[in-house]
Order: sequence, then C-alpha cells, then structure tokens
Amino acid sequence: MSAKNTFISDVLVIGAGLAAERSAIECAAVGHSVIILSLVPPRRSHSTAAQGGMQASLGNIAMGKGDSPEIHFADTVKGSDWGCDQEVAKLFCETVPSMIRQLDHWGVPWNRVTAGKKKYASGIETEDTKDKEGLITARDFGGVAKWRCCYTSDGTGHTVQFVVDTQVCKMGIPVHDRMEAIALIHDGETCFGCVARCLRTGELNVYLARATIIGTGGAGRIYAASTNAVINEGTGGAISLATGVVPLGNMEAIQFHPTGMPPVYILMTEGARGDGGYLLDKNMHRFMPDYEPKKKELASRDVVSRRMVQHIRAGYGVTSKYSDQQHLWLDIRHLGRQWVWKNLREIATIATNFNGIDPAKDLVPVIPTQHYTMGGIRTNKDGAAYGLKGLFAMGEAACWDLHGFNRLGGNSLAETVTAGYICGKQVAKYALGVTRNFDMKLVDGFVKQQEEKIKNLISGKNGRENVYEIRDAMGTAMMDHVHIFRTGKSLEQGVAKLQELYRRSLKIGLRSSGQGANPELAQAIRMPGMVRTALCVAYGALMRTESRGSHFREDHPKRDDAKWLKRTLAYWKEGADLPTLDYEDVACPILPPGDRGYGEASAGPKKGK
Amino acid sequence: MGRQLTISCFRYNPNIPGDKPRMQDYKLEEHEGMTLFVALNEIREKQDPTLMFDFVCRAAICGSCAMLINGRPRLACKTMTSMLPSRFTVMPLPVFKLIGDLAVDTGTWFRDLQIRAEAWVHTNKKFDFNALEVRMENKTCEEIYDPEQCIECGCCVAACITANIRPDFIGATGINRVYRFLIDPRDERSNAEYYEVIGNEDGTFGCVGLMACDDLCPKDIPLQQNLAYVRRKMAAAGLKLDFKGVKTS
Repeated sequence: MSAKNTFISDVLVIGAGLAAERSAIECAAVGHSVIILSLVPPRRSHSTAAQGGMQASLGNIAMGKGDSPEIHFADTVKGSDWGCDQEVAKLFCETVPSMIRQLDHWGVPWNRVTAGKKKYASGIETEDTKDKEGLITARDFGGVAKWRCCYTSDGTGHTVQFVVDTQVCKMGIPVHDRMEAIALIHDGETCFGCVARCLRTGELNVYLARATIIGTGGAGRIYAASTNAVINEGTGGAISLATGVVPLGNMEAIQFHPTGMPPVYILMTEGARGDGGYLLDKNMHRFMPDYEPKKKELASRDVVSRRMVQHIRAGYGVTSKYSDQQHLWLDIRHLGRQWVWKNLREIATIATNFNGIDPAKDLVPVIPTQHYTMGGIRTNKDGAAYGLKGLFAMGEAACWDLHGFNRLGGNSLAETVTAGYICGKQVAKYALGVTRNFDMKLVDGFVKQQEEKIKNLISGKNGRENVYEIRDAMGTAMMDHVHIFRTGKSLEQGVAKLQELYRRSLKIGLRSSGQGANPELAQAIRMPGMVRTALCVAYGALMRTESRGSHFREDHPKRDDAKWLKRTLAYWKEGADLPTLDYEDVACPILPPGDRGYGEASAGPKKGK
Repeated sequence: MGRQLTISCFRYNPNIPGDKPRMQDYKLEEHEGMTLFVALNEIREKQDPTLMFDFVCRAAICGSCAMLINGRPRLACKTMTSMLPSRFTVMPLPVFKLIGDLAVDTGTWFRDLQIRAEAWVHTNKKFDFNALEVRMENKTCEEIYDPEQCIECGCCVAACITANIRPDFIGATGINRVYRFLIDPRDERSNAEYYEVIGNEDGTFGCVGLMACDDLCPKDIPLQQNLAYVRRKMAAAGLKLDFKGVKTS
C-alpha cells in the first residue's frame, strides 16, 4: 500500500473555516494554485457557529461615537491582561474596519443604523442621527469602552462564512472535504505538505506545496464539556507539535464562556448580555453589580466566569432539572419578545430546541463552559510558525497572539478574516520566492510511518486500549483539574492522570476492522495528539505560578509582571511523555502593564449583599 | 429507568467489498433529554464502532446531521428521542451519494449547486479599502438574512419529488439561494441574467409545488413564499426574453 493520490499545489490550506478560506483567497488572488483540505464542507466549519459579532471601530452607532483603532487596541490589551503581542493587536485593530467593509462588499448583510431616539433595556437613552443611517451598526460586548461589535442578528459567523465561501467558489479554489491531515511532511527545517486520510474511503493521500497553512480552529474537545463543535479536536496544532520542532504557545490560556447552556453546553451569545440581559442567582438576584459595579455583566469573559463560579460556591447556585451541577440564570425577558426573536433568534431557537424554553418568557440555565483556545501554533506577526519554514497558522489554531490570556468577545471572528488577509498576503509572498523541490524518499517515509501506525491500530499490535474510554477520561481530567479555578496540587494530579492516559493512548487497538472510512480509526489516529495537547495545557498551567486573564491560580492569585510577562512555548520531543517548556518575553511597547478596570484586582472581592 | 429504545438503522459501507445494504437493530436505554446525537454516539462508542454518521455543531446550525427519522428528513442533533415511539428507523437522506450507513455526501452536491447557480454577489464595483460602506436600509439587511439562514442540510432536497427524480434539479435550497441574491441590492444581475441560470426545469420551473420543503425546513425558512417570488420574477423575465425574438406586429 502507498499513497493513493499525490496532489501538488503552490499553497496547501488545512482547514476551511474563516481564517483558512480568507487566507486561501489572498493566495489565489496573486495566481497561486491553492488546495483546501477540510474535515467537513466549508459551510459546516465551526466558524459558522459564531453568534454575536465582529469587533471593529467603525463608530457609526451613537454608543460607538468617537471610537478608534487606538481605543479598540487598549480594550484588547486590557482584555488580554497584557499577555498579547501589542504589535499584532495594533495591526489587527487598524485593519479590521476595512475587513468588515470588504465583507459587506462581498455580501454580508450587516445590520444597519436606523435613525431616531433609542431607549435600551439597560436604561441607556441615545439618538442615532440621520447622517449615520444605513451605515453598519454595532452592539455592546464584554470588556469594551465603545459599542463596536458588528453583527447580523446572532448568526454573524454563519453569514460571514457563507459569504467568504462564495468568493472561494467564485475563484474556483478546489476544496477537498472529508480529508483529514494526519501528519506534516518535513525534514526538520522546512514543511513540504501533509499526509491526509480520506474520510470517504480511508485511503491515504499526499499533498505537497511550497507553503502550508493551518487553519483548523480550536481544541475545545479536550474538555468533556465545551461549547465547541465535535470536530474541534485541535488536530492542526497536534500534527504541528508532533514535528518536535514547532511549539504551541500559551496553551494554558483557555477561555471559559460565562453562558454555556446545560445540559448540552451550547453557547448563548454574549450579545444577550450586550443587548441588556442579566445574570440571576437562585434568589432571582442580579448579582454581577455586587462584584463588578462598573462593568456588571459586561466585564471580560474570564472575570464574569470566575464571578459566577465564586457566587455558586458561596451558595447561590441554582439546582434544577437542567443540570447535574448547580448553575445560574440568563434573563433576557425584559428585552421583549420582538427583540429576542429578531436579534437573538439563534439562541432563542437553541433554547427552544434543547430545553423547551422560550427566552422571551422563561429564564435560561447557564454555566461557564470551555469555549476558546487562546493558545495555539506559535507564529510571528506574518503568521509564520516557529520552527519550520513554509508552515503558517491562522485563526484559533494559531497563537498569533492577539488575545494573550483572555480574548474579548467579538475579537475572534474578527481575527479570522483579518489574520487570513494579513498573513495570507505574507504566505503568497513567501510562496512566490521558493522553488518546488520535494524529496520523494522523504515523502514516502512519512506515508509508510502513517501506514504502519494504522496497521498497528487495526491489528492491536501495541495493545487493546479503548479509544473512547481514553477520550472520556481525558475530558474528565481536564474538567476536574484544569478548569476555571486552578491550584498547583490539583494540576499536579491532572498532569499525572494525563501522562498515564498518554501512555495508554499509544496502546490503542481497534475493536472494529478499521476498513474504509472507519470512524473508530479516525478517532484512534487523533487520540495521542489530543492527549499531548491536553498535557500542554495542564503542564503549562502547573508551571505558570501567577494569575493572568483566564489562567487563575488560587495559590497564586496575583498577576506577576516581574516574573511572568512571558509567553509559554511547549515543544514535544520524541519519546517524551511531557512537553518541554520554554518561554519568551512579552513586550509591551505601546501600553505598559496596568489596571484592567475590572476583575478581582480592580473591583476587589464581593461587596454588598 | 427510561424506556428501552430500539433503533432500526440502515447499514451499508460501499467501501467494504461484498457488504450488502440491510437494517440493523440497536437497543439502548433512553435517558432524560436524550437526542439522536447522544443516542447514535452511545451506540457507536459502546456497541458498534463501525457505525457511520455525521455530526459537527450538535446545535442545529451546521446542517451536517440530516437523516430520515421514521421516514421524515430531520436534523438528528435536535431530535429528542422522547418525541419518537420506542421503536423507530433511521436512514440516510436520499438524492445524495451515500458515504456509508447514515453519512451522505452533501458537500459535493452543494458545491456543485453554488457554482451552477453562480451564487455570489455579481458586481462591477471594485472594493475600495479607504471608502465607507455603501448605505443600506436595516430592513433590507434583515430581509437578506432570512433566506441566508439556510444551513444546507439537504432536508428540502430529500423531501422533494422533483429532486428525487431529476438529478440536476437545484431544489428549494438552490432557488432560495438565488432568491437571497435576487433581493440583494449589491448584486447587479438583471432578471434576464438570473433567468439564464435558473429559468429552466432544473431551476425554478422544475418545482411542481408540493411544498414538502416548506413543511420540513428545520430553520423554518418561508420556502413557499421565496420560491413563489423567484418563479414570478423568472416567469416575467422569461416572457420578455421570448418576446424579444418574436415580431408581434
């Protein structure tokens, strides 16, 4: 057996979500031949699930008046708890307004400003003037000084992905869907493409290119409960880590979204609170103003999630039929039926489908839930991965480092297209400057290695461990030890459990025959990489003895800029059962470390009731 | 103790030589709030690791998991087992090429549709990075978002008599897709140009008006209304085109 087909292009794009497709467009626009690989058809990518919107300082709506890239930048840096790359954040904030307008030019039906006096649920009264009517509007979001979250109802990711995909169709860029990259082909210095397994037939294919882009999204599924789609298993990061030379940056920085809806943990958009929704406890008390008098429900996500868990721990959690664990309520009833079913239609539908709840008249159960991977394949500001020439990464899969230790709501969807544009251009430039030169012996070696791995999984040569048991145990270990509140002792236990699971993951044997596009085999191929990713999160969290953004250590509750203004780089050396950690300094050339204006350091412990 | 469910499931893997299409029964215990997403995964993980099906978002927004549940096309992820009798069937969607068991190839079908329907904004304007966006009424944006909500799950195609007998018919989803661009002021195509694309029996005139699509759309898109709009526009455009070549006086 050998590779069924070999495909050669100038640029190979792994993933077909927004970052991947947007970068493919930049490369194809200069005449490169581009091939996109994806687990699923592009319009099923998890980008389509983004609800609330995209942050861009258009300043059209009255509540966004006077906004600028500088203010957006300051919000982003504070949100990141000074963990982000400020050069990248500046570039991003300056570019994103034209990205929104380009998407509009391509057909995104952004909601628009309507003129007239407005009274919002929060009590704010403003007037939008005639001169702004018809321009793109925005809603409020967490951790921002101005309303700048541009949206189409609460289906923003859907409309943006569909429209970007129309451009991919128009340009005739081929998409090979149901095709999973399972190993990067490289010689330790340069990346030449990947080995991919066809999820239609089970056959192995080879893809060779001058430049390879990874845009495979996040790794939320290393947690048992996540808002992420089931395909978000961090495969792009895992195959990069497996090279031994490409590091994952800041994997301990995991975002927990305040409002996942149990028992299915589907996201209820931050737009619900942006539009004036409240969080209530078991006594129907609106508790967030007690903790965060300034930002209330709209502090950054890390802060709101911690305050919610803190409040549940203090005995105010709700026990209900919706969840085995205690939760809180999201209340948007006062926004009115028309607003809820027009501007929050998607979450209203989800609440109806999965819990039989109509949020226009009922409370919605919510609990902080794993939502976003701030870390990822560490790249420079051009999107070029550390460690291998010709390898690039963008979007949630990457640690471009726009988000540092906490991402602002609305900044990730905005990052996908902006990074796709900025870094896509750089990939196009890089690919023009290199010649195609593939060592077919090297390529065959990688194919043989993967064939051998598959053969062993099918024959059970290395053992008979059950892949689903290992996946479930990993998910539980991450929930128990590497969640919102972390301590050294618990993290140590978590790391030990994951190491044991990693050793077991190398001894997986299939129960089925593994023939054709067998789903058990697909999961078994991914499993060791997923546990390695989980270990990068857990071990990075154990070693970072401070609290910053979403990484909160109860035994080290303060941010420590003297020691920890650093970015974690996790490498995986061959034969190891733990990542090797290295660190690089985080520069703050524009905004020096200071007070975020919300969170424990600013607001202090709970006041009042 | 929940009910004992029996799920009678279509099985066939075309990649396994000699495999034959058949129905296979799986038994499992129902629990509170069980969806078909939960049930099918439980079967795969605990009983039969070869069972093929597709889920992505499990929140009814990605359109991956449409299948025939007791004969009706539905999204499996949002189908509660409590809505079903204790014994029911699951089968793959018709029309689309079978990948294996419950998984079908909607990706290729919909890609082909986008390209045939030229489903993108056609404009001669060049994007100017330094210019403000073109003004639009908010109402217009909301009207475009309505048909744009289609998640390309294929339920309307599977339910459509024309799509089941005419392989090139673009289905309600295709006509709705054209409707979305037809009402978008940014798209500069004339009705005559749309007519070139869908003014035929593989397009808007292939619909025989049974409207199962409208009943079964999991996003409740008003397909009947949108299809009627397109048909009306295209009928008018067609009449004009035909008269052009005919001397009437």
